Amino acid sequence: MVATLSDLDELLDRALAHSTAQHAEALVLAQDLALTRFATNRIHQNVREHDATLQVRVIDKHRIGVASTNKLDEAGIRDVVQRANAIAERSAPNERAAILPEPDGRTYDPDLGYVSRTADADPELRAIGARAVIAAGEAKGLQSSGSFSTSVMTIAVANSLGVRAKHRSTKAALLTVMMDGFASGAASGYAHAGSTDVEELDAEALGVEAATKGDRMRGAGDLEPGDYEVILEEYAVAGLLEYLSYIGFSGLAHEEGRSFMDLGKRLMGENVSIWDDGQDPAGLPAPIDFEGVVRRRVDLVEAGVAKSVVHDAATGSRAGTGSTGHGLPAPNLLGPMALNLFMAPGSTPRDELVSGVKRGVWVTRFHYINPVHPKKAILTGMTKDGTFLIEDGRVSRPLMNFRFTQSIPEAFSDVRAAGDQTRVLPGEFFGAARVPALHLGSFNFTGVTATEGGE
Amino acid sequence: MNDLIARALDAADRLGAGYADIRVVERSNEQLTVKNGQLEAATSNQSAGFGIRVLVNGAWGFSASAVLEPAEADRIAREAVEIARASGLAQKGPIELDDTPPVTDTYRTPYREDPFAVSLDDKLRILMEADAAMARVPGVAIREGSVVAGREVKTFASTTGARIDQEIVESGGGIEATAVNESEMQQRSYPSSFGGQVVTGGFEAVRALDLAEHAQETAELAVALLDAPQCPAGEMDLILDSTQVALQIHESCGHPTELDRVFGTEASFAGTSFLTTDKLGSLRYGSEHVSIDADATAPGGLGTFGYDDEGVPAQNVPLVENGVLVGYLTSRETAPQIGRRSMGSARAWTWSHIPLIRMTNINLRPGNAGSLEDLIADTREGIFMSINKSWSIDDRRLNFQFGDQAGWLIRNGKRTQLVKNPTYTGITPEFWGSCDAICGPDEWTLWGLPNCGKGEPMQLGHVGHGAAPARFRGVKVGVGRW
Repeated sequence: MVATLSDLDELLDRALAHSTAQHAEALVLAQDLALTRFATNRIHQNVREHDATLQVRVIDKHRIGVASTNKLDEAGIRDVVQRANAIAERSAPNERAAILPEPDGRTYDPDLGYVSRTADADPELRAIGARAVIAAGEAKGLQSSGSFSTSVMTIAVANSLGVRAKHRSTKAALLTVMMDGFASGAASGYAHAGSTDVEELDAEALGVEAATKGDRMRGAGDLEPGDYEVILEEYAVAGLLEYLSYIGFSGLAHEEGRSFMDLGKRLMGENVSIWDDGQDPAGLPAPIDFEGVVRRRVDLVEAGVAKSVVHDAATGSRAGTGSTGHGLPAPNLLGPMALNLFMAPGSTPRDELVSGVKRGVWVTRFHYINPVHPKKAILTGMTKDGTFLIEDGRVSRPLMNFRFTQSIPEAFSDVRAAGDQTRVLPGEFFGAARVPALHLGSFNFTGVTATEGGE
Repeated sequence: MNDLIARALDAADRLGAGYADIRVVERSNEQLTVKNGQLEAATSNQSAGFGIRVLVNGAWGFSASAVLEPAEADRIAREAVEIARASGLAQKGPIELDDTPPVTDTYRTPYREDPFAVSLDDKLRILMEADAAMARVPGVAIREGSVVAGREVKTFASTTGARIDQEIVESGGGIEATAVNESEMQQRSYPSSFGGQVVTGGFEAVRALDLAEHAQETAELAVALLDAPQCPAGEMDLILDSTQVALQIHESCGHPTELDRVFGTEASFAGTSFLTTDKLGSLRYGSEHVSIDADATAPGGLGTFGYDDEGVPAQNVPLVENGVLVGYLTSRETAPQIGRRSMGSARAWTWSHIPLIRMTNINLRPGNAGSLEDLIADTREGIFMSINKSWSIDDRRLNFQFGDQAGWLIRNGKRTQLVKNPTYTGITPEFWGSCDAICGPDEWTLWGLPNCGKGEPMQLGHVGHGAAPARFRGVKVGVGRW
């Protein structure tokens, strides 16, 4: 098991030393993850895992081989390099992909986002946090589910061109869904927070947030699907951004014509700016990518105009921009990925966003988002854990959950107001986003969930 | 390994665990991907480790490590017990397991051709031939093909005396063509999307796909979709191909019959279920044509194994019988709560994860509607949709929306106009209640689905779905603004 950052240097050196190919890259990903999960007001799963994987990419005469192992003794290291070499020897050349980054002299903090008290968090701390959330739910007669995780992620990369980078960070995340049962139309509320520092997570406050929301959701009624003004809470905005990144902010998707990002063209309102910045401690920072390149800030959408996409070494080489530091572990069929997203706040106090809505829908978050048409950035999904009707600038009553089917650039073309505060949220599947709440002029709800389940 | 297992279980027992089990797992994966005539990815991945699960005073703890040494077993067992004691700080009552008897046995996936023994040259030739056939079609922007191989060697042992050794072997492959213009991106896959078909079995399954033979028509359809009219909006009769029926089963029957989800233990991530236990034996889930089984014994299924990760033997149990809900997917913890013994569906993604209730092979029994062409001929007006490209369902598994790669309008019993971006939406029991015809056994395929996500930390699951094309009456199609 890899114990320290200095152990990583030795591991990388040994891996590179075994390679006989023209070029080689060694990547170590080490994870120490603990997660306490609770449901129906009790802890029902409580786990910890320790793992470290060495991945070797060799390139010889434009032939690429990639192999990985978590057996990190001498025999394991020798074996993984031999497997990568064997694959490369038998592979067909691929000049467009056989590219490793070179050192660019940029510096970063190898401990940016590392907080020792998060790394040292014990299961009692997480259990006490879960108990605080559960207590807040019980005070409102709600059943709490959720998870409280603490983790250390270490990444180290070296290649034969001289790149050598390593970074460790911590993450603490606490989320809860509170419900008044599982019957149709059950009330539910939600809260979620993430930080590099476990002490910044206020379990009691998150519990109260979810419980208050869940309590207000009792007795949800119907509303005809259709186009409505919406207030999207930060949770909902972050969910949409995560999927925009997945389908469109990648240099590979853009190169292949699959992306909605028509560079230089206005896609969204002038008051919308979105960027990616892995070095900004206001997010959940990750200052180097999986190829060892220091991440650059990339302005993706600037004042509504599609400005840039992110690149890894291969797509950056082909685009002539160089890597922006957004590579994933090789071989990367997904292409580069923007994982540290930011959206510019507005000037409207968050609590006053609703006052600008004559008749609309308040959306706390979305559930099960998926692309319907990536090229037009049409997404579908359901509202969840706090959907309300807004009338005359006030939240009037809770609603059953809606399905939306909506082009997101189209929706972001009419941002009536953005909250003056932002919130950093871990992604559902990857990365993190710091975003404001938004007031949008129109959002297309195409269905509503059933009130009964087939009685 | 025997020493490590003994040390781990002894340590857990000594430290106060009322029950403990250990899984020692080594997983190997190989993948080859060809894109636009070039070898885009060739990988060989191996991961090994062990996980110890303990019940201490009726509360769960789990820890896992990649260091396969007896001393590490002591450390990890101790950590699992400490975690379980912390779980006791928020516990409502002791967890009790069912009375599944401990078993000593071995199981190996039957196969003819070891997928790891097939040369890289041979695999590359299969993919390059398919790529060349797609390349002959003008207008294809991206051509992609892949083959995968997986081997999981695992040992399960428990403090109650179980000892099970298994070797699960998987093989799969598929191709995909993408056509792009200024406003559209259209894809066509063979034999299914998101990687194709994956089975438990040998490389003979990949050879049987005959990727090259189907490559040209796959590419031609992707290009044709660019200029096809948009799928109309409205209510109409819908015929789904077997790949889409498979995903419909997955989302609207497989997941909601997971008993842990029914009991709310997935509420904070993937959601709950409308199939609450008060409905067992009485809920009309679908029409009388709809019978669905969970069959972990089906030959070749991606959800086929000898024993689950709690040591429960693979079984075939009904979930829906002639339209009525009759069963659930269960674990040793959940089954006793409905008065049953586990039917063996608790599985973990890797050594570092705990077993969760996962689908096995959730199979819709074939009907008597003959072939797909027979079913289309029997349909006066409607739409036929084929191969999934988009999916979403609400947190109780009621409101769903799917998009497919291609649709064809049906007029007077004939497949006519090709339409692009077909989508359909519905409410689960209403939708299955509208099923009035299912094609026969000759059209039935056991599809593998290798990307099922569940749990926190999220685990992937390999599951199977047997399905034949089926017809649903009066479904809302063409959702959204285009």
